Amino acid sequence: MSVRKLLDHRLAMIVLVAAIVFALPPWFPSAYYYRIAALVFVYALAALGLNLLMGFAGQVSLGHAGFMGIGAYAVAIGPAQFGVPSWLAVFVGAALSGVVAFVVGRPILRLKGHYLAVATLGFGLLVAIVFTNETRWTGGPDGMTVARLMLFGRTLSSAQSWYWIAAIAFVAAATLALNLVDSPTGRALRAIHDSEIAARVLGVDVAQKKLAIFVISALYASVAGSFLALLNGHVTPEVCGFLRSIELVAMVVLGGTGSVLGSLVGSAVLVVVPQALTAVHEYETMVLGLVIMGFMILLRHGAVPTLAARVGVRWT
Amino acid sequence: MDVTILDIRRLSIAFGGVRAVDEVSLSVAAGTVFSIIGPNGAGKTSLFNLISGIYTPLDGRVYLAGVDVTGLLANRLARLGLSRTFQNLQIFFRMTVLENVMVGCHRHERTGIFADLLHLPSVGRQNRATRDRSHAALARVGLAAEADRPAAALPYGALKRLEIARALTTQPRVLLLDEPAAGCNAVETAEMASVIRGIAGDGITVVLVEHDMRLVMNISDRIHVLANGRTLAEGTAAEVRANPAVVEAYLGADTSREAIRARA
Repeated sequence: MSVRKLLDHRLAMIVLVAAIVFALPPWFPSAYYYRIAALVFVYALAALGLNLLMGFAGQVSLGHAGFMGIGAYAVAIGPAQFGVPSWLAVFVGAALSGVVAFVVGRPILRLKGHYLAVATLGFGLLVAIVFTNETRWTGGPDGMTVARLMLFGRTLSSAQSWYWIAAIAFVAAATLALNLVDSPTGRALRAIHDSEIAARVLGVDVAQKKLAIFVISALYASVAGSFLALLNGHVTPEVCGFLRSIELVAMVVLGGTGSVLGSLVGSAVLVVVPQALTAVHEYETMVLGLVIMGFMILLRHGAVPTLAARVGVRWT
Repeated sequence: MDVTILDIRRLSIAFGGVRAVDEVSLSVAAGTVFSIIGPNGAGKTSLFNLISGIYTPLDGRVYLAGVDVTGLLANRLARLGLSRTFQNLQIFFRMTVLENVMVGCHRHERTGIFADLLHLPSVGRQNRATRDRSHAALARVGLAAEADRPAAALPYGALKRLEIARALTTQPRVLLLDEPAAGCNAVETAEMASVIRGIAGDGITVVLVEHDMRLVMNISDRIHVLANGRTLAEGTAAEVRANPAVVEAYLGADTSREAIRARA
């Protein structure tokens, strides 16, 4: 891959994602569709963060919804208890998530494979328990109301506004992720994925790189969590539950590990399909399970990489 | 002129009570090719893993250019000028040939993660510098034409040379090569010999573990013989070949072709 081709590829991907963002709204017959699309981009943002960790560095996290929870409760508790403006609470939540990721990541990122997976799982459960039990701050299992986002004197609560906020945030996040691919840090991370020992003898500080990407992936999840809470106007501990973490992993794998576009596709499948299935309510979970299994059997390297390989293009 | 670049003193490691490396001492003069040979299980690769920071020694010290580096992690050693290749290939198979080599430049790259995420102009400049150096390293091992191919598409002998090019871009003072000719055919082995000579010619000290005795005898300035984790002999190719203890060790272990070739 020559420099020119890689650069073109990076720009082409950004343009493609932006084109999707602008091409969709004319097809939306009602605000409901805007809302679903906004949810797709919010989850895609979280999945993209996790994909940086899984797709670049080859490390798994089964507790990533924990960071979504920190972001979500930051925009709930910040304005309600401390009078912090919502937009600032998004940044406070991200900073908190970053610090927590740094502190938690240092010891657990030394673990490998299944051991790392279980340790991150423990972290996710811990966060969910804290938000469930600290009733005085969080409203407990019933959750709490989240004040609407105010920007420039306007209250942003319509589905349309959130579509544009979430979509633009995703394009920005995707741009950062694509920038990383062909950079010193990106190459070091991809090297760690293929052979830690070789990366090490070439002078790559493996522990430091893993920690850095873990913190960044936590920031992505945290911002997505904040957006989710602001969009819903309500938050419950479910936002950081175990199922949410698993959903994020499923989105990454289903769309394609290491693929920016894949995170969007994975999120779209896992957000849209359950909505479409509300008509067959009793069988919803069963059909969703079958859809996921079908995807993995037919497109086993993830939807985007498998389809891209079939038509012979690069997919990052 | 005989400056010691790598000094090993009474280095030992044990696995489950077996001393894989037992009080081995050796010193390597700067700019030379120094080979470590011995029958299978003699402790050659264990010794390499101790020197390169993969294992932590039970006892003994390692000095690199006079600095005590015992027990330092591999990435710290790389920064101090010691790198290596692997007997069983450790290639970044999902990257291109050029990208593999570019990783070797990592310790000289100066952009931080935030610059990388934002793709600041400094990242573009850094990438160009890294690319130029990596192309030069590939040319040196005869892989210039393969730069943009996926690493997974290269034949075995070429991957061996790719590992060397990758280690060279770290600009090591000492380069450890673990069986660079293993599994290579005669033509590839001859190419490897000229690559190793070229590296030594540039003043980089080469420490070599190798089973191909013809290669070892041809390119080594000094040869260190291990058997059962202990030092058996050390000397020039002629001295080692004439040493009865060395011949005995090879014949005693099993009447291996190595021994016959060693005497030839």
